[in-house]
Amino acid sequence: MMQHDKHDSWVTNTVARVRESRSAMLGLATVVSLVLLAIFAPQLSPNDPTEVCLGDRLISPFKESKYPLGTDHLGRCVLSRLLYGARVSLAVGITVVGVSTAIGVALGVVSGYYGGILDSAIMRLVDATLSFPSIFLAVVIAGMLGRGLASVMIALVAVEWTSYARVSRGSVLSLKEKEFVESARSLGARDSHIMTRHILPNIIAPVIVVATIGMAYVILAAAALSFLGFGAQPPTPEWGAMLNAGRVYMRTAPYLTILPGFAIMLLVLAFNLLGDGLRDILDPRRVVVE
Amino acid sequence: MSSLEIIDLKTHFPTPDGHVRAVDTITLSIMENETFGVIGETGCGKTVLGLSVMRLLPPTATIAGKIRYAGRNLLEVSEAEMRRVRGEEIAMILQNPTTSLNPVIRVGEQIAEAIRLHQGLNKRDAKKKAVEMLDAVKIPSPAERANEYPHEFSGGMKQRVMIAMGLACDPALIIADEPTKGLDVTIKAQIVELIQKVTEKKAMLLITHDLGVARELCDRIALMYAGELVEYAQIKEIFENPLHPYTRGFLGSLPDQGLVPIPGISPSLIELPDGCRFHPRCKYTTDVCKQKHPEMIEVAEGHFVRCFHA
Repeated sequence: MMQHDKHDSWVTNTVARVRESRSAMLGLATVVSLVLLAIFAPQLSPNDPTEVCLGDRLISPFKESKYPLGTDHLGRCVLSRLLYGARVSLAVGITVVGVSTAIGVALGVVSGYYGGILDSAIMRLVDATLSFPSIFLAVVIAGMLGRGLASVMIALVAVEWTSYARVSRGSVLSLKEKEFVESARSLGARDSHIMTRHILPNIIAPVIVVATIGMAYVILAAAALSFLGFGAQPPTPEWGAMLNAGRVYMRTAPYLTILPGFAIMLLVLAFNLLGDGLRDILDPRRVVVE
Repeated sequence: MSSLEIIDLKTHFPTPDGHVRAVDTITLSIMENETFGVIGETGCGKTVLGLSVMRLLPPTATIAGKIRYAGRNLLEVSEAEMRRVRGEEIAMILQNPTTSLNPVIRVGEQIAEAIRLHQGLNKRDAKKKAVEMLDAVKIPSPAERANEYPHEFSGGMKQRVMIAMGLACDPALIIADEPTKGLDVTIKAQIVELIQKVTEKKAMLLITHDLGVARELCDRIALMYAGELVEYAQIKEIFENPLHPYTRGFLGSLPDQGLVPIPGISPSLIELPDGCRFHPRCKYTTDVCKQKHPEMIEVAEGHFVRCFHA
């Protein structure tokens, strides 16, 4: 065990324990590197990701120094497209997870705190949403809203919020019986104050875990929807769409599917590793009572 | 002048098995600057009595009677008004300080919040006041301790924090529910001393099963049995001249009185015995005890007892 400073909050404590967990650390490092690559994509990209150069079609990786990872069927630089694609995937992931968390946690907390008819109504809505295979539901919603990343994001939020609602409701159910809630009430706190100041900080840990693993799911689902043609439209560099476009050239230019596929796998795996590590670390049953 | 007056208070909980009559017709009044103890064994309804005054009961509870405080009936005021009363006019110090503090909020912030609920202070001033409160409850190096989390405090220190939170808005009435529960003997003595000091100029309703604590703190005490008061008087009178068989039994069960237990167990609050509620356990039971429910009678000045044989 590492020696923790006396005044450590759970945040610093968690950071310290992430450092001790090898897989969480590996996931975190990968996520951070990919985020940095995405942020500095304009500086790092050798070419414009959307520039078509029909004279340089289907160049294999490592052949020409101008195109380190080759070009696609329209002569666009694969490396640049991959770097910009990280931006799209991460932006979609962060937006969808952020909005889903806000909606799901708000509804979950209210549902668990007040109970009764409101709780039943919200939870039946969650059950109904979960009774469809999520990717199928997203396909239907994205199909209704038309093509484009925005409709993919809306479709994914419509599915994703349920996990956050469930997790936060479950935590609130046990938290609202805690004596510190009664104590706050006995000091004159109103319901809204108790929910935001006393209950919310206590459910952050499980929500973070769900959000990290949710990131992995959302990125994969967004790529899948783009692969199916619902999401990013050409010429937007998106990994799922790249995969789909490269599918035709699988025999002659396998790198067009292998590279974006590997990028998706790397990012999803990184979030999963981080999420699993965080779950182990933040699991209250693992916390040693001092 | 009386501070708090409880008149014919009945707090019942309807359940599928019947009404739980946790508080069944209690009348008492607490004078300003007085500490009034309610003593009884576990499950007699004393905690429900405290929660009834604060109106902190679950929505299923039915509550009747009057609770008069500062010229109004607390059972009739609006919820918004009641929120103002809680903490500002009446504060409650709960049992179990360990679970009554939010584990993820710094202690100083929790006190500052209690202050900000009622006083229009900004965050910095509230924090300063919180440190002053920690100092007032004798927590060493309060400025540093204010930045710590509850798990960094010992049980006794946490109870001090709870007291500081309760007193933060300077309420005139304190309801303390088992404030010394779970504390070891030396810490208990310190907390009792602290409570004595900080509530000197306040009215207090002390709920406890600890006669020793009650003896230190209370001016008057009442014995509660199966949802009702069975005897109350000045503290000295109770110890010197206990009249109700339950009071005698309770005193006799103290370690220094030979640990003589009261035979039997207290009745279920759903099916209370007919007549005197204590008669199945009482060695003086006669026919009248089994048939009629005794009324509270004043046997000496300020000494009330609910027994046919007193």
